[in-house]
Amino acid sequence: MDAILLQILNGLDKGGAYALIALGLTIIFGTLGVVNFAHGALFMLGAFCAVSVKAVLSLERVVEDPNQLTAWGTPMEIRTPFVEVWFGDFGATILDYSVPVSILIAIPVMLLIGIAMERGLVRFFYKRAHADQILVTFGLAIVLQEIVKAQFGANPIPQPAPEAASGMIDFGIMVGIDAGNVVYPAWRLIYFVFSAVVIGAVFAFLQFTTFGMVVRAGMADRETVGLLGIDIDRRFTIVFGIAAIVAGLAGAMYTPILSPDYHMGMDFLVLSFVVVVVGGMGSLTGAVSAGFLLGILQSFASMNEVKDILPGIDQIIIYLIAVVILLVRPRGLMGRKGVMEH
Amino acid sequence: MSKFEINRRGLLKSTAAAGAGLALPTMFTSSAWSAGYLNEPKGSTVTFGFNVPQTGAYADEGADELRAYELAVEHINGEGDGGMLNTFSSKALQGNGVNGKKVVFVTGDTQTKSDAARASAKRMIEKDGAIMITGGSSSGVAIAVQGLCQDAGVIFMAGLTHSNDTTGKDKRANGFRHFFNTEMSGAALAPVLKNNYGSDRVAYHLTADYTWGWSQEGSIKKYTEALGWKTAAAVRTPLGAGDFSQYITPVLNSGADVLVLNHYGRDMVNSLTQAVQFGLRDKQVNGKDFAIVVPLYSRLMAQGAGENVKGIFGSTNWHWSLQDEGSKAFVKSFGQKYGFPPSQAAHTCYSQAILYADACQRAGTFMPSGVGAALEGFEFDGLGNGPTEYRAADHQCFKDVLVVKGKENPSSKFDVLEVVEVTPRAQVEYPADMLGGELGPYNNGA
Amino acid sequence: MKMFSMDKKDILLFLCFSVAVLTGPIILEPFGAGYPDLLQKFAIFGIFALGFNILFGLTGYLSFGHAAFLGMGSYTAVWTFKLLSMNPIPAIVFATVMGGLFAALIGFISLRRSGIYFSILTLAFAQMSYNLAYSVLTPITNGETGLQLNQADPRVLDVMFGRDYGAVLPSSDFFGLDMTGYPGFYFCGIVLIICFFIAMRIFRSPFGMMLRAIKSNQNRMNYTGFNTRPYTLAAFVISGMYAGLAGGLMAVTDPLAGAERMQWTASGEVVLMTILGGAGTLLGPVIGAGAIKYFENIFSAFNEGILMGIYDFLPETLQHIMVSVSGLFVGEGWHLTLGALFMLIVIFLPGGLMEGFNRIKTLVTNRTGGGSDGAATPAAAE
Repeated sequence: MDAILLQILNGLDKGGAYALIALGLTIIFGTLGVVNFAHGALFMLGAFCAVSVKAVLSLERVVEDPNQLTAWGTPMEIRTPFVEVWFGDFGATILDYSVPVSILIAIPVMLLIGIAMERGLVRFFYKRAHADQILVTFGLAIVLQEIVKAQFGANPIPQPAPEAASGMIDFGIMVGIDAGNVVYPAWRLIYFVFSAVVIGAVFAFLQFTTFGMVVRAGMADRETVGLLGIDIDRRFTIVFGIAAIVAGLAGAMYTPILSPDYHMGMDFLVLSFVVVVVGGMGSLTGAVSAGFLLGILQSFASMNEVKDILPGIDQIIIYLIAVVILLVRPRGLMGRKGVMEH
Repeated sequence: MSKFEINRRGLLKSTAAAGAGLALPTMFTSSAWSAGYLNEPKGSTVTFGFNVPQTGAYADEGADELRAYELAVEHINGEGDGGMLNTFSSKALQGNGVNGKKVVFVTGDTQTKSDAARASAKRMIEKDGAIMITGGSSSGVAIAVQGLCQDAGVIFMAGLTHSNDTTGKDKRANGFRHFFNTEMSGAALAPVLKNNYGSDRVAYHLTADYTWGWSQEGSIKKYTEALGWKTAAAVRTPLGAGDFSQYITPVLNSGADVLVLNHYGRDMVNSLTQAVQFGLRDKQVNGKDFAIVVPLYSRLMAQGAGENVKGIFGSTNWHWSLQDEGSKAFVKSFGQKYGFPPSQAAHTCYSQAILYADACQRAGTFMPSGVGAALEGFEFDGLGNGPTEYRAADHQCFKDVLVVKGKENPSSKFDVLEVVEVTPRAQVEYPADMLGGELGPYNNGA
Repeated sequence: MKMFSMDKKDILLFLCFSVAVLTGPIILEPFGAGYPDLLQKFAIFGIFALGFNILFGLTGYLSFGHAAFLGMGSYTAVWTFKLLSMNPIPAIVFATVMGGLFAALIGFISLRRSGIYFSILTLAFAQMSYNLAYSVLTPITNGETGLQLNQADPRVLDVMFGRDYGAVLPSSDFFGLDMTGYPGFYFCGIVLIICFFIAMRIFRSPFGMMLRAIKSNQNRMNYTGFNTRPYTLAAFVISGMYAGLAGGLMAVTDPLAGAERMQWTASGEVVLMTILGGAGTLLGPVIGAGAIKYFENIFSAFNEGILMGIYDFLPETLQHIMVSVSGLFVGEGWHLTLGALFMLIVIFLPGGLMEGFNRIKTLVTNRTGGGSDGAATPAAAE
């Protein structure tokens, strides 16, 4: 029982990341009709927002100490971060909270990146074949990835969670289980809550604002909305920016769980497409539910009891579920008829 | 059809080759050219092929390997400060190249994929005339390229490859490995673990689900169980799983008090980071402190795990903080050229290049069978690992193994590991036939 | 023009193609690509892309799992070597058949859906194959290390005909003709020419017309009471056989089969090759395959030393600047060049490289004042 509860938590956590990426992807699909293979790269860029923030915060004052030598004979360098030099302990605290701080930076940065991408490249591809969209966005993803690699190297970069959130929380007590049986890392719970909040915010935005209404109408029937004289292009730019923000936030907050490297976007790319399609093209709710569903099922499939019966099931579960769902439900969980079926 | 510029020499060469290929198939059977050997250097230079990962997850490790190779070539050609050539016990190399020929090199990208690595190695052999291939950062690639070099007829000096199979089940006459293997890691690590954690322990393995992972899991199990440890479970995890939480939570209530992470590279960084996140390093089970073990450490990768490596045991082939003359000389010349200390991958690659060059010089030829004979049973010292022997029976180097621990108070970002024990060679040696496989005969190429 | 001369044009195209393939070692030598391994790769991936194009270019069904058939072909071929004979003929026959069977199985299920749903289904099957081949199926596939030959393999047919390879590992040979090096390339090249011929026939056949009709509007086809599934399935199986054949040839020229051949990146590669060259054109995919393999093998090989040599004529400071700038695009940065190339091609040449050639052709014919009829319409895109 405890084991299952823990796996559900794992699944929700993973599902949170899947859902956030899939959400942006499906918004872009639905409104712009663009197959965005650079979406994983946006997730990666978000993560590297966090890395950059930490790198800037930990810019160091370098003092050479001539009395000490390195193993290769040059003077030893004493390095102190400027924030600590200037602000003392408070500086150290800021550095400790670099991941949450980076969210504030990531929002404008990702918005700009999203707008630049849409205006500079993607908008020329609205009427082009999906194959062309795939090629151009995939090319873009590689270019972004290589730029990050040239700057930060290929190795993962550690991004610890703030000291206060790096401990464990006894989740079991909250739901009435004996203490000590279901303890879970605080940061992972924060991530789940965070993803739920972001998803909620996106839904509320689309549901309760005029802007959101137009976007939803655009997703349903772009041509008619265009005929009504609404400048749908401008809105699409902002939609792309929002999708970029969502992916970027998902990436930035995920860094304490997964040390970021330049290739992480590609690893999530295929998965997020599977999530979107399982959820059903053109359905936001579908994408989110599929994200959580696949996350949880993946966790269950990894349990030893399951693996003993079906060896290797954890390796293929996501794809197996995708096949089963698509065969039972032709358009995924909640897909709309006619969207991306040709 | 657009116009192509054709240079005359290329045209003649290809036409000849094409004609020969179509008309004289027997020329390509091995006996026809038996007088010489493949890519025999005829001019004033000899070409080495450095095949390292330049893209993908191990690109940084590959970049470090390449730095080491460039340094080795400098030293062999008599440039720079000579590095470990000054401390190397064999004095055959004079700093004027090898067998009177200046060493030049070509590079390629393995992408850490067998196919890409073989394509890249083939290019070096077929197009660039490389006399030997070296490098790499994974066992799958090493075994694939080793097989290729055997078929083609050049020497392969393995880079970073830790699986038993490289010089075990899949060993080849033309292949040589300086790096250690999982068997040695297990033999070296187990006694240290026992001294630190006692003999009444229950281990839980998380194992990367491919050959190296299984090899590592098997060795650790074998040696720890011999010392009285029990194994609660050994769970296979998919390569590149990213988030390992679903494999880690079952450890929490399993009753195990040691977690062994048979992961390397990114998997290791992620699983270790997450295991620490789940409080395993500070946990108490059965009245004992919970322990995490990472059997194969890589300093480059350990940097990616940051604070999380503190106090965690593992083994490594070499570490830059070693204080013997060879290591000091290497760290000095590498650090002065690049501004940071070399990794174990850089060290093993540098050593392999030097060992190969030295063997050619001693053999007086680049012919694989001749070079191989010079390497087989070769005993040397001064390359940073103490007295070492290239065992003739399986082309595996036998030397001391380092047991290391994540450092509690690192003085710089490179200073993440500290050497806990240098396990003597005698303790990690095993009979050559234990791991199976056949070397077969040398292949000198067509 | 029109129907009558079409055949003549095809014959000309076919002859030009055959000559270009057979003289590949000479033509490509000045580009640094005239060595056997890369030539073999050109031919093999040319076949792979050619087959993929029969499905994607004609029917518009975008499969993201074709690497599974390539991998299947490779495994089959290596197992044929191990069990039966080192002769390449049985190996590629079995590889083609197994590729086709596997494609029939996956295609039968996946073709129940269309559009992106189809893409994801094929992707899912390929990824499952890859993951299982890498781990659980290791007894059959030898996992990460890849399936290799062994001295102790039975090789029943070889033994029957008294072939003994002695203590060395055998390599594939075509009745005594070793399948490495140039002979290996000519073997693959001839197979490529045959495959090209078959693809051409398919493109021009009523069957090909039917597939194009499916691409332009499947619904209308269905409404007329016409069952399109057998046609799409046939196209899928044919392209699967091409992939299996390509996989078999990979094993022939280099007897090793690794799981990573089935990974989604490998499936993606053939998609990129086809689009890059020009989907739906006969020649495009082969050219696209060549371009990507060229970048992978040649651009990744440039290192600082070589760059220094190239910019040798410049003053020293300028030389260093140029080297560090170009260094971003070659060697460890070759991916960057590839990504940028994808973007540039698709932005400026929507029809892929073939459109570029057609434009040049149009330009030339217009200049010379020749009749510009036909050549100027990229829509015909042959």
